Amino acid sequence: MDHSLDTAPDNAWLLRVRNLTKIYGNATPGVLERTGPRFNSNICAKTGAVVACSNISFDLHPGEVLGIVGESGSGKSTLVQMLYFDQEPTSGEALFQPIEDGTVNLFDLSNQRKRQIRNHQMGMVYQNPRDGLNFRFSAGGNIAEKLLMANVFHVGRIRLRGADLLTKTEVPVKRMDESPARFSGGMQQRVQIAKAIANNPPLLLLDEVTSGLDVSVQAKVLDLIRGLQQDLGISMIVVSHDLGVIRMLTDRTMVLKHGHIVEQGLTDQILQDPQHAYTQLLVSSLL
Amino acid sequence: MIQNVKFQKSFNYAYIDEFTKKEIRRKTLKAVASPGYQVPYSSPEMPISRGWGTGGLHLSLSLVGPNDVFKVIDQGSDASVNACNLRLFVQEMTNCALTFDTAAATIIQTRHRVPEEILTEKQILVLQVPQPEPLRSVERHEAKTRVMHAEADYAKMWVTLYEAYVRSGQLRTGAGHPLMVNGRYVATPSPIPSWDVPNLSMARCLYLFGAGREKRIHAIPPFTRVEPLEFDDIRFKVEEFVGVKCSVTNEDKAFMDQIYDDDFNQSYVVNDSNFLDKLRQGPRPPQKLFTNPE
Repeated sequence: MDHSLDTAPDNAWLLRVRNLTKIYGNATPGVLERTGPRFNSNICAKTGAVVACSNISFDLHPGEVLGIVGESGSGKSTLVQMLYFDQEPTSGEALFQPIEDGTVNLFDLSNQRKRQIRNHQMGMVYQNPRDGLNFRFSAGGNIAEKLLMANVFHVGRIRLRGADLLTKTEVPVKRMDESPARFSGGMQQRVQIAKAIANNPPLLLLDEVTSGLDVSVQAKVLDLIRGLQQDLGISMIVVSHDLGVIRMLTDRTMVLKHGHIVEQGLTDQILQDPQHAYTQLLVSSLL
Repeated sequence: MIQNVKFQKSFNYAYIDEFTKKEIRRKTLKAVASPGYQVPYSSPEMPISRGWGTGGLHLSLSLVGPNDVFKVIDQGSDASVNACNLRLFVQEMTNCALTFDTAAATIIQTRHRVPEEILTEKQILVLQVPQPEPLRSVERHEAKTRVMHAEADYAKMWVTLYEAYVRSGQLRTGAGHPLMVNGRYVATPSPIPSWDVPNLSMARCLYLFGAGREKRIHAIPPFTRVEPLEFDDIRFKVEEFVGVKCSVTNEDKAFMDQIYDDDFNQSYVVNDSNFLDKLRQGPRPPQKLFTNPE
């Protein structure tokens, strides 16, 4: 079965991912064939290797919001973490239009170059604010870190930009010099978003941004993300197990199970007319 | 055979055995070849504890010969207990000449100060370093700091400076302001006052930094560009002694010690003891002065 979408030779994509695979344990040949939805497991019965992502391929277009949905352990967080260079893929490639016009595999670049791409061209919002923010620095310091990594060495400009971003994400500017440890969960998440978009990246990765927030705060954070997307036209990959979030934010959705894409298409279509049994289960269990 | 050679004398020349001295010299050359890079070295046992000047002592003893003129200063003073003991130890082990005169010395070992007097190409300044890793305060794991140096990833260091500025309104880190050496490595100058930092840049002498406890050597070779980390709009500043004069020499352009007498009257005196002596006797020794940016 060919899971790749948009294989037509167009150059309209921003990010092109091909056969991205992550295996924990021995990546012996045949592991990918012995795991997946067909076996109802991502653990290889023979070697015990865990296949987090198996040959994931997709294209992301400029300004598009792609949703990745799936139960916990389906490999969706691993996928975005690989794209943000937090984890090394076992195999596969990712092409990114701003880097050499999308002709080089991002995973083949040097660590220094990867960090530069990550700081200049990407933003990431983690589920847990502690992963994305340094609680020993102030909220303003956290945003400054991202700007300093992009070689802005002017304190006045850093503070202006910081205040501007915090206003945009509705964090009181008065609390700019406080540690995010003293903020509420929703505020921490908004500081994380402010940090992620500090350098106007063309690509933003959101990993379960609203999990663990109460419903009214969830709505505010989602509103903020949607507003930013509309204002700035950032392409996003939104990972969530919450179909509500997916419905609200995304244009297109991929459903992941046991490290495989089991279904993909327009979000409305998937929610209205799910084809795969697992997606049907997901949609029918939506409260 | 080895035993015969080894025990013919009660100690080897310059205390450390020849093989270890050779190793330290090779590491020193490596440090000079990549300015600001911390080179690990053996840090052999010394008759003083590691972290009490052993790093400086290793460097001095690996360099010193019978024709050298040796000087030790501790926070600017030739007279402190630490300086006296190190000086006598080195002399006893090497039969080198000793001096208090900064200009006459060929090797100067120092703790927490760079002499006021301009050093020449004939001189080596050996600094004792308690913590050679400038990133230690932002990253606890040694392996990670090594990667950060390798990739020139100094953002966290910069955020610490930003935070210090936001909290205190100035870019002052007390002692040991981090330096960018030759545009590549961030290094610590050891805890010297900001006053001394401009002296490190494009100097005629060789600066060697030895950290005995941490087992690292780094170097600033002559005529190397050394810039204190500073922002485009918030500039690095040295200590200012406004309206302050040395009570002995009436001097106002030198790093000053604040002194209280028994009645809590405050006065100031030039910190560098040899510089103070020379000011009293005249003529004034050559000195590089740095003016703060406005």
